[in-house]
Amino acid sequence: MEVPILKQGPYLIASIQSALSDADLVQLRDKLVEQVGRLRSRGVIVDVTALDVMDSFATRTLRDITFMIRLRGAETVIVGIQPDVAFTMVQLGLKLEGVPTALDLEEGIAFLSKKDSSPAKEASPSGR
Amino acid sequence: MAQDIRETRDTRTTFGPAHQMTAPTAELLRQLVAHLRQNRTQLREEWARRITEAKLLTAMTKEEIFAEATSVYDNYVEALETGTFEALQAYARNLSERIIPRGVETHEVVGIVLLLRDVLARSLFAKYQNDFALLNRILDAYEPAANRIANTVAVGFVQERERVIREQQEAIRVLSTPVLQVRERLLILPIIGVIDPQRARQLTEQLLRGIRTNRAKVVVIDITGVPVMDANVANNLVQTVEATRLLGATVIITGLSPEIAQTLVTIGVDLGKMNTVGDLQGGIEEAERLLGYKVVTFAESSPDHARQ
Amino acid sequence: MDAERNPFGAAASADPAAGNGRDRVLEEIAVRIDGDTDIVSARQKGRVLAATLGFSSSELTLIATAISELARNIVLYAKQGEIVLRVLERGDQRGVMVRAHDQGPGIPDIRRALQGGFSTSRSLGLGLPGVRRLMDEFEIESRIGQGTTVTARKWKR
Repeated sequence: MEVPILKQGPYLIASIQSALSDADLVQLRDKLVEQVGRLRSRGVIVDVTALDVMDSFATRTLRDITFMIRLRGAETVIVGIQPDVAFTMVQLGLKLEGVPTALDLEEGIAFLSKKDSSPAKEASPSGR
Repeated sequence: MAQDIRETRDTRTTFGPAHQMTAPTAELLRQLVAHLRQNRTQLREEWARRITEAKLLTAMTKEEIFAEATSVYDNYVEALETGTFEALQAYARNLSERIIPRGVETHEVVGIVLLLRDVLARSLFAKYQNDFALLNRILDAYEPAANRIANTVAVGFVQERERVIREQQEAIRVLSTPVLQVRERLLILPIIGVIDPQRARQLTEQLLRGIRTNRAKVVVIDITGVPVMDANVANNLVQTVEATRLLGATVIITGLSPEIAQTLVTIGVDLGKMNTVGDLQGGIEEAERLLGYKVVTFAESSPDHARQ
Repeated sequence: MDAERNPFGAAASADPAAGNGRDRVLEEIAVRIDGDTDIVSARQKGRVLAATLGFSSSELTLIATAISELARNIVLYAKQGEIVLRVLERGDQRGVMVRAHDQGPGIPDIRRALQGGFSTSRSLGLGLPGVRRLMDEFEIESRIGQGTTVTARKWKR
């Protein structure tokens, strides 16, 4: 199941539609890291609203995506983590430290544009 | 590979059907059952009368008491005859379900079953008064069965009551952790009382759902009303903060008492990641600042500045 | 001693592979695990099975995530194996059991594999401490060169 990646102005939006296998997640990571440079994007939004499970592998891959993209000069925000999923993640000790999160797509875009307008400052209220 | 390893006979609820007992006991129980069947009408009425006299089941009408007495009586005799208690147990549960909402107390249920035991014992005395040895043996057969029946009914009632109480506690818990929206995108969760692991879980779930439905960005958790906090509760609080962050919202904790602050530091909870503000008022101001509202203090809000 | 019992499991049975003597099995599904796509189908089947018991949606997520972690351990360390999912009855309680079984290399140091507090997401990379936290009961048996069996249960409250 391939994840569609949309280019929306200076941002890339990866909208996960259904449960992903490990291979799908790795493919998503590789595509995003490649495209963010090729398309000179300033930010990436990964929408995980459709995921009903985020286990250690999914969490680690999302963190890798964020850090790799940061090294490529852009910012990533994960949006749409479901309440039940967040609850399970913290019990597993998966905190996504250093990875910005936002409620939904709209908030994700707002976060990236705020970040864009004040590039020198850590703008995320929740991205510790 | 599926296996069924349940015991075939549950020893807690049976004392063995009559035919498995020593022949004399079985015969005595048969005699006893026959006696109780023959005198059903009279004994049942006697029992209902004694219930009313003892002012038990006052929440029920005379007719209701008589109807229930009849059912209990028949189930009672059946249990004596068959030595199995499933039917009686089911009936006790069903009866409890119906009478608990009407305020019937445990002592009343125990009381009526003991009364029935008494009524039946007296009728046995009357019947066998001329043969003391036989009476003794009849009572020997009757007592264990009667005791077990009384137990079954009482335990069934208490279990049902406990279930009802658990349900009510659950409802109170839900009511006791209200997630309040004070203004757009800002939620307040005032926690009052002791937090146990189950309540902590519930509270977190409610908060996370509230964040999503209200699209909240900032949450103020006020723990002024939390008397004590141990390592487990503190960990739960940290987890709540982390889960909230995963949804994309920020938590501000207010109302940490000096005692709790000391506890947290002593047990080594990482407060560095927690955004704490002294009191609820301060927490709301901080939340508004995060949300981009301009906080205007009273001194500043002169007409000149009010329009800003 | 190459087989070690988990000292933390709430339930102890003489032979974990045979099932706990107190539990009645009401339903059973087995899912072959041969690759990473099987991880997804195992957790989806587990969620559906647990839903029949009326678990809350957050509990269903906990169970599905635990299955995911256990199935991934099979893929990572043994390449193939099996996930068995059961609906259980113990007394008046009902619950689900997840058993992950493989014939892989086995875990050399179970104690270490179960270490990892709330802060370490890495430990040995076997998500076992996490699974133990998500479920009510947890047992593990592993023999070097012969394989590993992890059994976890969650009861409906």
